[in-house]
Parts: sequence; structure tokens; C-alpha cells
Amino acid sequence: MSTDFYREGEPVADAKAPAGPISERWEKRRFSGRLVNPANRRKLRVIVVGTGLAGASAAATLGELGYRVANYCFQDSSRRAHSIAAQGGINAAKNYRNDGDSVHRLFYDTVKGGDFRSRESNVHRLAEVSTEIIDQCVAQGVPFAREYGGLLDNRSFGGAQVSRTFYARGQTGQQLLLGAYQALQRQVAAGTVDLHTRHEMLELVIVEGKARGIVVRDLVTGEISTELADAVVLATGGYGNVYFLSTNAMGCNVTAGWRAHRKGAYFANPCYTQIHPTCIPQSGEHQSKLTLMSESLRNDGRVWVPKQKGDDRHPADIPEDERDYYLERRYPAFGNLVPRDIASRAAKVVCDEGHGVGPGGLGVYLDFAAAIERLGKKAVEAKYGNLFDMYERITGENPYERPMRIYPAVHYTMGGLWVDYDLSSNIPGLFVAGEANFSDHGANRLGASALMQGLSDGYFVLPNTISDYLADGPFDALDETHEDVVAARKAVDDRIGFFLNNDGDRTVDSFHRELGKIMWEYCGMERTDEGLRKAIGLIRGLKDEFYRRVKVTGKNEQLNQELEKAGRVADFLELGELMCIDALHRTESCGGHFRAESQTEDGEAKRDDEHFSYVAAWEFGEDAPVLHKEALEFEYVKPTQRSYK
Amino acid sequence: MKLSLRIWRQSDAQAEGKMVSYEIDEVSEDASFLEMLDVLNERLIGEGEDPVAFDHDCREGICGACSLVIDGQPHGPQAATTTCQLHMRKFKDGDSIDIEPWRAGAFPVIKDLVVDRSAFDRIIQAGGYISAPTGTAPDAHAVPIPKQDADAAFSAAACIGCGACVAACPNGSGMLFMGAKVTHLSLMPQGQPERATRVLGMVAAHDEAGFGGCTNTGECAAACPKEIGLDVIGKLNRDFRKAAIRAA
Repeated sequence: MSTDFYREGEPVADAKAPAGPISERWEKRRFSGRLVNPANRRKLRVIVVGTGLAGASAAATLGELGYRVANYCFQDSSRRAHSIAAQGGINAAKNYRNDGDSVHRLFYDTVKGGDFRSRESNVHRLAEVSTEIIDQCVAQGVPFAREYGGLLDNRSFGGAQVSRTFYARGQTGQQLLLGAYQALQRQVAAGTVDLHTRHEMLELVIVEGKARGIVVRDLVTGEISTELADAVVLATGGYGNVYFLSTNAMGCNVTAGWRAHRKGAYFANPCYTQIHPTCIPQSGEHQSKLTLMSESLRNDGRVWVPKQKGDDRHPADIPEDERDYYLERRYPAFGNLVPRDIASRAAKVVCDEGHGVGPGGLGVYLDFAAAIERLGKKAVEAKYGNLFDMYERITGENPYERPMRIYPAVHYTMGGLWVDYDLSSNIPGLFVAGEANFSDHGANRLGASALMQGLSDGYFVLPNTISDYLADGPFDALDETHEDVVAARKAVDDRIGFFLNNDGDRTVDSFHRELGKIMWEYCGMERTDEGLRKAIGLIRGLKDEFYRRVKVTGKNEQLNQELEKAGRVADFLELGELMCIDALHRTESCGGHFRAESQTEDGEAKRDDEHFSYVAAWEFGEDAPVLHKEALEFEYVKPTQRSYK
Repeated sequence: MKLSLRIWRQSDAQAEGKMVSYEIDEVSEDASFLEMLDVLNERLIGEGEDPVAFDHDCREGICGACSLVIDGQPHGPQAATTTCQLHMRKFKDGDSIDIEPWRAGAFPVIKDLVVDRSAFDRIIQAGGYISAPTGTAPDAHAVPIPKQDADAAFSAAACIGCGACVAACPNGSGMLFMGAKVTHLSLMPQGQPERATRVLGMVAAHDEAGFGGCTNTGECAAACPKEIGLDVIGKLNRDFRKAAIRAA
């Protein structure tokens, strides 16, 4: 493609994963990485931003190890991070079911599910660590679902043919996060972790090339302060809210990651976005977010649309032979359990053809009639009761009697800050964990893998790898008068001052909604060269307008939710442009990134391994971003065209 | 639909608050309660007024951030439903609605409808955990747990820490919240070694934070969006008495 929008720089490579058999790399790395003497750990200060699964588990574990940890979250309690909303489950290669699962199979499934755009070494480690996570969580008292014999129950989950998913009714994320939250609070009581709630990171402090601290705003008093340390860990989640409507919590944002990106951290594969197939459709213009219905529902629910276009009969009145169970028809081997990207796009296809149901024809049925007949209403209620109740509260419809209406919505972002095998970004001392990094899911994440990755990074990977970096510490003493610290702080003050003094007339939300519409239309489920170019122009125009017209009420020295949102939307505007540039440059389709120009005869995503078997790591540039390619090599799982037929 | 709102406005923790009236029109019955407030706030900003501050995040009933007293009821009129999951179809055209923050001594108002619930975190810090440092765990199947215990533990663990129980209680007691955590951990074999110290520590932190005692009014369980039952308070009291006698 033309390089109007970016420049290409030097390639980048992961220098930390050891060579040799893949199943030995993690053990080798743990041995080759330097350790920090327990007596020296208390001299080392680590900042962890975020208290979701990755952040809370990392902060708690680093505290247990004896480091001095400062942990930040913008919520009023660390227990409210958005990991709490994950419903379905967490994968682990325990093979408790004796159904052929193994570390290698989980590794294989994850690489394949990611459409061969992830790093093999990282994924293998994730599969290895998965079993330890379950042990750890059970020891903490996480109340996983159990069978009558008292052992843990498992289910099969989106795209897997084995039952390796552990769950706690439909609230697995909540229970895992509370486990990590309690471990974290224990460290707060022990004095190893200073926890700062209602604080938002607004800038990264870099001194002599190393990440040495952050600038934060106290969201209650407006006080701006700096926290200095020997290393900084960002565990700040995904950026799905760039679409305005997504299943993310309202506060989820990219600011911490984007501020680091502007200071030199590479942002990898920003266009890899997961659109989740089973969400409640939008009901009107007032809509502020979309609600996910766990895809575990696809285990027992059957997805269909009326064969006749525009058929507005009550679903119960549509006879069996006038229904199109399109997933079962197109993908007989996997049926309703095809991976998320495939299920989402299939829904878009049938709706675009005019078969959609509900308001605007943007919905498909997820029908439990067969499951209720087969298992009984009680069994279905036991499995999915809370999800059914939630659906009814939102839509006013009873899913025991009438099929749910679902439609895809933005749910997860596979892209994120570039990290090596040690979870270190390209800025020394800046580590990135959980959804905020890019590393394990390639171009598409499998169900029940986000919780696994967040906890893998936080409990087991980062606490082991960060010691190799901290072994060189403590670094030179710093104080707040250092010129780089002063400059970082001033940048924050200036930005806040700008927003509060801008004599605008449009609300922050109105810009956010408009950005979201552009992103969903042109950088959503289907992307084209023409559309992406148009989107880049629209976003640039919107960004100009934002700075001219945005209106922020109130002052800094108070709880000011408009001011918080303004900074976040400003960063989303820049990220949105980069996402479109990334999507434009990647002319292949892969996983969640579907370029209409690159599809097979039957409409499936068609990769171009010859030209695109790489991670696109973007460096910030004032005029244009710079692309650094990290070549991907597949020694163990040979890339094939994914097929779920 | 058209609504008359009366909303608690308080510019900061020190300021005096008062109820302020707002009229709002063209509210969709498919909108959530918080989306209705979003619409009001868009209008207020347009008019150069300070928008109404309220806590909210996931908007799907699980994070526990949202916390409005609606017509005198924490989380409003619908049973087992957080404020964010309450939809306007539960109201009628022409209704007047009062919106206030949680009111309890241990939850001071920060601004408008936003309160400080950090006392809940301090209760957890005082023992609401199982000490299991990372890496020390045995295999997950080492200790089977009867399904009925695991299910009961889960039901107690479903607490979202929103604080509606405290807001509903005439004594401003946090015992339903605390009882839910004590019950969850006491039902698990992993929770036994610290069972006594846990409950003593949590109760002391609860009392120190200024929460009141339980007088069996039962408003807490009625207000709980996750339907945590009063039985957890019974379990809490039993554990506390046992632990206190042993400690004496």
C-alpha cells in the first residue's frame, strides 16, 4: 500500500525467549534471569498501574516477594476493575476430563485460534502456567463450580473440542478478581503495597531512557503528584472503548498505555479487535454501553435467523423448516461453537442480507428451546440463570419463552503495547501485563483465555521476569525536582489547563460517540481500503474539532468526571487513527481483522503469510507513525488456513 | 416519557447539600436509569452547569460501583437489581423520582451522589482473605469440596461490595457485607486455619469504621441486588462468638 500515512523503520525482535525446545524455554528463562536477594527487594520500588486480574495479581505477588509496591486504580475500590465482568470461565490444561487435553493442545489451539499472528514462545508459556493458576485460585478459596463428587467441574467453551474451562457460575471473572483483590488487600495490611484508589495515571516519567515513575491525578481533590520507582508495570486493560459502544466498563481507557506510547513505547497490532458475537443489541441513541451475554450460552443455545427476509413473525410462529441455523449449516464440525470472529462475521453477513431480527434488523436469535426440552428448564436455569435474568432486566423479554436476540459488539482488544518474552516494553523498566499488552492472542482471542492470560502474567510471569531487570537496581536516587519529572508534571498541568479553559460548546461524550461511530463503521467487523482512508480523514477532522470545541465544566480541584473523560477521549482520538492506519497497512485478513479485499471464495478470512507474518509494532511520530516489524516464526504449529467446517 | 427529578446536590465533602429539581422529557423506556442521568448531564453541560456526579462503571450489575437511593430505596424499586440494570420501563410517564446518595456514617459523601466506601476495603484488609502466597498451592483437586458447600460459598461470594445493605440499614450496619465474606471463606476447607482470626479482625475493623450493629431489621437483605440472605449474619455471629470465647 502507499505509505502516505506511515514510515517504515528497523525491524524489532524479542531477545528474551531462549532457544531450544519450546517446552523448556520458560524453565530456561527462569533460570537464566537474574534474581534479587530477598534483603535487597525491600530497597526496590515498583509501580503497578491497574488492579484488574493482571494488576492485582502482580501487585500482590510482588508485595509477597518483598518489593515495595505502589498500586493505582481509578475506581473507588480495587475490586471494581473490569476483569470483574468476565462471565464464562478460565482455561487450563489440567486434562481432568481425560478427553485428550494437554499443554501442547492448549498451546496449539491458542496459536491456531489467534490465526497464526502470535508468538509461539509466549503462548506455550501461557499454556504451561495455566494449570498453576487454577491451583492458586482454589487455594485462595475461589468458589469454582464443582461436581457432586466434590471435584472441579469443567465445560467446553468457544472453539474448543475439549472441556478445559473452569468456571464459577456466570461470574468467573468476579470470583477470580476477588481472589486477587483479597490477596492484594492482605498485602496492603502487611504494608508491602501502598494502594491508591481514585487515582489516574496521566503521564509516564522517563529518566535517562528508563521508566522511573508516573504522574497521577487524585480524582477526588484534583491534586497532581508524581510517584517515582525503579520499574513501572502497566496493567491497564484494553482500549475497546475507542468504539464508544462496547462491552467494556465506562471507565476503561487507553490513557496510561497511550501516554507511554507517546513517550516511545511501541504499540503493537492496534487493529486487532475482538468483536464478540453474543451481546444484547443496541436499543436506541441513549445507549451508553453494550452488554455481553457469555458465549457459554452457545454451548446450549442454537443460533438462527428466519430464512425469509424481513420475517417479523413471533419466533415461536416460525416453523423449523423456515429457520436458518446458519452456523450449524456452514460449520458442521463446530456448529454454534465456532470462534468468536467467525460467529460475529457470520451474524453480520445474515443481517446484511436482510435476515436480521429486532430493531433495525440488527440481531439474530439465540434459542434455548431445544436445550430446555433436552435438559429441563431447571438444569438450564442452574447453568445460565443469572444471564437469563440479566437479559430480561435489560430487554424486558423472557428468554425461557422467547429466544434471545443477540448481535456482535466490541469486547476485547488483542493489540496493545509491544512486549518481549519478559513482558518488558521497548522502554527499559516499563513492563506491560494483561490485556494492555499484545502478546498472546494473535489476531483473535479464544474464549476463557483472557482471564488465563491476566493471571498468568500477574501471578507467575511478571514476578519472575521483572527480577532480571531489578537486579540492576536500585537505580540512581531521583526526586521531584529532576527536570524530566518536572517536565512530565508540567505536561499534565498544561493539558488539564487547556481543557478547563477551552471556550467550547460540545460535550466530551458527543465527540466520543462520533468517534465510536466512525470506528465501528470503518474499522469494525469488516474493513476496506476505501473505508479506512475515509475514516482517517474523518478522525483527523474530528480531532481538530475536539480541540476547538470541547467543553469541560468545573475546575481541577474537585471530583470532575468531565475532565477525566476529556483526557481519555483525546487519547482515543489519536489511537483511533493509528488503528485505522494499522488496519489499512495490513491488507490481509486474519482473525478479528477482516479486510473485505482478502477473503476466500466462501467468505472466510484469507491470510497472506508471505507478506504479513509479523507483528506490527508502531512507534509514535509527531507527523507519522513508524512501523517496526517483528517477524513471526512458527516452528511447532504450521500455519494453515483455519477451518472449522 | 416525562419525569420530575429531585437530585441530591453537594459540591464537596464539606459543603451542605440539598435536593434540586430537574424536569426531563423524552426519556426512552428502553434506557437504563443511568442513561437517563447521562441525558440529563448532557443537557446540564450544554447549559454550563455542573453535571451530576455519580459512581458507575461496568453498567452490567457486577462491579458494584453504582449506588443511588431511588425514591428511598437503595438501587430503586426492582428487586435483585443494581441501579445500572434498572430500566426506565419500571417508571411511568409523569413520575417524580427522588435520587440520593447512600446515606451512612461510614460512607461520607464526596460529591453529589458519590460516597466514600473505602471502609469496606479496610474490613477485607483486616482478614477477609485466605493466606495463600503465589506459588504455594497444592493441586486443585487435592481437596474435594462437597458441591453443596461450594455452591453455598459461591452464593455468599456473589456480593459485589456495593454497600446497598449499609444504605438500607437503619443502623448503617455493614454486617451483611461482612457476613457474606465470612460465610464464603468459612465454608471452604482452605478457610479453616484463619477462621477465628478472620472474623475477629473483620468485626473490629467494621466497628472502628463507624458501621452500626445489627438489630435484625432485614432491610439489608431486601435491598441486596445479589440476594445475599440474612443467614450470613447468623453465620457471622456464630463464628464471632466461637472465636471470641476461644480468644478470651
